[in-house]
Amino acid sequence: MTPRDKIFYFLTIHRTGLSVCLLAVVLLAYPTLVANPYLLGISNLIAVYLIAVIGLNLFIGYAGQISLGHAAYLGLGAYGSALLTIHTGLNPWLAMALTALAVGLTSFLVAIPTLRLSGHYLAMATLGFNIVCYTIMMQWNQVTGGPSGLAGIPPLSVAGLPIDDEMRFHYLAWTLAIIVLTLGLNLARSSLGLALAAVAQNETAAASLGIQVVRAKIRIFVLSAVLASLAGSLFAHCYTFINPDSFTIFNSIELVTMVVIGGLGSIWGSLLGASLIILLPEFLHFFETFRDIIHGLIVVTVLILLPQGLVSGLKDLLRVRSLMSKKNAQN
Amino acid sequence: MLKIDGISKHFGGLPALEEVSFNCREGMTTALIGPNGAGKSTLINCIAGSLFPDAGVIHFQNQRIDGLPPHQRPYLGISRTFQNLALFPRLTVLENVLTGLTPEAEQSFVKSLLRLPATRHRERLLRLKAMAMLDNFGLTDKARWPVSILSYGDRKRVEMARALVSGPRLLLLDEPVAGLNSAETARIGAEIRRLHGAGLTILLVEHDMDLVMSVSDHIVVLDGGRLIASGAPEEIRTNPRVIEAYLGRMSVTA
Ligand SMILES: Nc1ncnc2c1ncn2[C@@H]1O[C@H](COP(=O)(O)OP(=O)(O)OP(=O)(O)O)[C@@H](O)[C@H]1O
Ligand SMILES: [Mg+2]
Repeated sequence: MTPRDKIFYFLTIHRTGLSVCLLAVVLLAYPTLVANPYLLGISNLIAVYLIAVIGLNLFIGYAGQISLGHAAYLGLGAYGSALLTIHTGLNPWLAMALTALAVGLTSFLVAIPTLRLSGHYLAMATLGFNIVCYTIMMQWNQVTGGPSGLAGIPPLSVAGLPIDDEMRFHYLAWTLAIIVLTLGLNLARSSLGLALAAVAQNETAAASLGIQVVRAKIRIFVLSAVLASLAGSLFAHCYTFINPDSFTIFNSIELVTMVVIGGLGSIWGSLLGASLIILLPEFLHFFETFRDIIHGLIVVTVLILLPQGLVSGLKDLLRVRSLMSKKNAQN
Repeated sequence: MLKIDGISKHFGGLPALEEVSFNCREGMTTALIGPNGAGKSTLINCIAGSLFPDAGVIHFQNQRIDGLPPHQRPYLGISRTFQNLALFPRLTVLENVLTGLTPEAEQSFVKSLLRLPATRHRERLLRLKAMAMLDNFGLTDKARWPVSILSYGDRKRVEMARALVSGPRLLLLDEPVAGLNSAETARIGAEIRRLHGAGLTILLVEHDMDLVMSVSDHIVVLDGGRLIASGAPEEIRTNPRVIEAYLGRMSVTA
């Protein structure tokens, strides 16, 4: 191998790790380049959502299931963490962890009956769970504060430093988002990721090869719920104020839109999807007014033109093209 | 090695299998033949655990396996192929074959998330094993192709490779050469003979009589869900009930 080949080989082998490092470097420098707190606020929101979207993408994109209720887990994470810290004065990190644990358990109990369903039934069941959670947040005034929500949620702190401005939150949220991104990429490339893809594409065949179909689905569902819970807690401690409006079924659909746009089964696509859906309203103001309609249109258009989503769809297209041209060249 | 004892299966009151009993001896290739709708695939599905029989018991190496969920079969050393291909279309050829190594793959969620060097090493070994199996089937060049762009013959071979990569003790083949041309059929036939030579126990469902006669040690005939004959290939070839079952069906469809 020539030195040039060696470099090329190194880049190919480590492309995932290098991409993550590159992203980390860019994000490290970002606040010094963009000191505007408003813009930082937007990218922080992307980081928070990204954590939930990666989990949901593993469930929808890899395992081939559907959830129209993940905003419920976001909400449980936010309210759980908020209530624990407000009422018991618990350390926010500890509250986050305990909440995630409880949400994991809840999602496990929800998963046992629902994940035996498929298609429309699963969609309806998850949607129903979201509506139940939303109704509780709205109606149980004494605890959740009802429609006006909860205020005065204590911020997180790192090494005694309260995370109470956009710049600090940028570093915290993106550190966590990059950790989740890395874990997601790892899982997707592992044998378990392959097993999930197998379950999505043919359950009978997957089972005959030794894959425990229901168990695989439950595990990934619980993981996605825990990630949504962590994102929700992060959201609560960052904005120090929450209300039920952030956790409606429309937010669930927004999460699915992020997954679908970026690409079903593409972890990097989740980054693109979350960024696009959060950035678009900033540039196009009519977007805010017709948000839910536009989300619907985007999903339908993407699914018709590139059913795999933008990132995986284009990747597949290019890969098949190059294989086809190679095949033709051989003939 | 495989003991099938009084297996019955009904679909909505219609019998697909009625008290079928026979054995597959260790190291032998047993062929399961019969006209369309005889219940061959249903029986394979009962053995593989994709269907639960209504009555009867199945033993594999003296262990009762009917009633065990399908995902335990590979751990016991039972592999199968499907009559109507059951590949994972969006995965590559290599990935499809890798799924055949599930029993040896990392199962721990946490280890998979962390992707520690030991896990990576283990995955590399599995990949080498899968590549060796692809080489066996002449699929090395297509390892990175998604199976959705492969020809039918290639797909059939991928499915065989996926079933064999884990080194099973019992292989259930449901029409491995259906729809293949004669060159491809000969290739699969040679592979079956090679596996037979290596001592693998095979249960083969097949309509291609030349293949059946040339590879099997023992033949079992089903018709209308009932076992109508069993014996050595020469006996079956001349058995009047078998000839009638096939000819009778032909005269009906002709
Ligand atoms: N899932 C099912 N539901 C209802 N009936 C079924 C089902 N599977 C098979 N059958 C019926 O059971 C009978 C046996 O079918 P089976 O597929 O086992 O036949 P086979 O011997 O494999 O035929 P072929 O040679 O055409 O593959 C047929 O009458 C078929 O219609
Ligand atoms: Mg059949």
